[in-house]
Amino acid sequence: MDDSLRELYQEVILDHSRHPRHFGKLAGATNTAQGYNPLCGDRVTIYLIVGKDGRIADVKFEGKGCAISQASASLMTDLIVGRSVAEAEKLMDGFVNLVRGEKVEGLNEDDRETLNVMAGVSAFPMRVKCATLAWHTMKSALEGGETAKTE
Amino acid sequence: MTAQTKIATAFDVRAVREDFAILSRSVYGKPLVYLDNAASAQKPRQVLDAMRDFATSEYANVHRGVHFLSATATERYEAARETVRKFLNAASKDEIVFTKGGTEAINLVAHSYALPRIQPDDEIVLTVMEHHSNIVPWHFLRERHGAVLRWVDVRDDGSLAVEAVDAAIGPKTKLVACTHISNVLGTITPLKEIAARAHAKGVPVLADGCQGAVHEVIDVRDLDVDFYALTAHKLYGPTGIGVLYGKKALLKAMRPFNGGGEMIHEVTRDAVTYADPPARFEAGTPPIIESVGLAAAIDYVSALDRTAAKAHEHDLLAYAREGVRQFNWLRVIGDAPGKSSILSFEAEGMHAHDLATILDREGVAVRAGHHCAQPLMERFGVASTTRASFGLYNTRAEVDVMIAALAKAREILT
Repeated sequence: MDDSLRELYQEVILDHSRHPRHFGKLAGATNTAQGYNPLCGDRVTIYLIVGKDGRIADVKFEGKGCAISQASASLMTDLIVGRSVAEAEKLMDGFVNLVRGEKVEGLNEDDRETLNVMAGVSAFPMRVKCATLAWHTMKSALEGGETAKTE
Repeated sequence: MTAQTKIATAFDVRAVREDFAILSRSVYGKPLVYLDNAASAQKPRQVLDAMRDFATSEYANVHRGVHFLSATATERYEAARETVRKFLNAASKDEIVFTKGGTEAINLVAHSYALPRIQPDDEIVLTVMEHHSNIVPWHFLRERHGAVLRWVDVRDDGSLAVEAVDAAIGPKTKLVACTHISNVLGTITPLKEIAARAHAKGVPVLADGCQGAVHEVIDVRDLDVDFYALTAHKLYGPTGIGVLYGKKALLKAMRPFNGGGEMIHEVTRDAVTYADPPARFEAGTPPIIESVGLAAAIDYVSALDRTAAKAHEHDLLAYAREGVRQFNWLRVIGDAPGKSSILSFEAEGMHAHDLATILDREGVAVRAGHHCAQPLMERFGVASTTRASFGLYNTRAEVDVMIAALAKAREILT
């Protein structure tokens, strides 16, 4: 099999997409946003609880989409719990750079390693938007909950 | 080419393939298997040569200068119009309007025919399998002028009942907008019967022929539709040009679409009068080189035995339909009797984009997504489908590659 395909659809990704973490509605969400990819019609909703300390206390997501978008959302929800808004946004910037194949800065070793399972996306430019949808939606939720689009 | 294809049809696919240089290229080190023809077809050398030769030695603007080249280019442009007229069997070449594509042709009808005739609560009848290009212009009339869209459902197999269309046409219906062939399901609609039923109630019919003109022999007088829209790039021609056929009396009664050069009779500081159709609807410098390409594409297709070509495409569809039957995880969407060579399907546990990405790495180009037909996706309860669409130059061997790639995708993704 094509190595880039093997990297894209590695076991961790498929596992996240088949068994997404933090999947479902979140009661008492303080921030919510919907994301939509007009190219493929995929949708994602992100629910966040941001505590008084400015940290993300809990997160859930709902949606239908390809393995890449589902795995990315699942991975993201695993990572951002306990982070401050600024930290979450920094993670997003690092992730977006990573899947675009650009220079990644500002991530610590652990985060870098966790996110690195999605680095294979950079070999598939048509799929970058699938990977970033949940992240853009999360940012939009933090900023007040407009509908996020991938474009 | 496989021996089976030879037996199945008298169509010389090998000769056809030689006209399309792009088919011999590879992608990711695999031979290209191009099955995205419903999105856009590849161009034979006859089309590319015609455009290059024309631009090299005969090109100038049309209907403008008195100089030699302008006269030559005008002749070619008008000859292309005559080629289209013959292809559609229209009564007059004044009924052939060049547009920049199928989308513009439909927008032209919406703006110049429908809009001035629409009062709030008047209705446009359309089917759930329309492409967005035959939906959004009508949404404009709904949003801005209070028109009501009346949707006609399809049967579960994707076929369209003429009775269902008839039942949707009421006293307030101003137009029926219906595709000839669905770009997702491959369904061929009973256009002639639809036109007869609509006309019995005094309602005109616009047919979206972007797929229809590729696979069917079109006779607009026999179909008796009032408008027929098509695009060149799906018909093995260039991008940037399409056609609106309109019955002469309707076109004559329509107001202009875009304003600009060439579409006027006279312009003064205080007033403007308009040219007769088709010039009235061709403001600005038209797609001149593309018109030569479109004519070459029509000549190319017409020179083939079209009955054999259709049989060849049907053979590919049947072969692919049979091939995917072995996958119990795959659901074909659209099985209308006699349908055209488009195969859409949903795969259990696999998103269309993941599937298409893996097929792509095997060299197989298919379309994945909603195909600009979201109401139809909703009708069948899917967010997206994968679509293989077959053209003149495809082979059974290519279908085999697709089937093998599907099995591989299953292995990777589940």
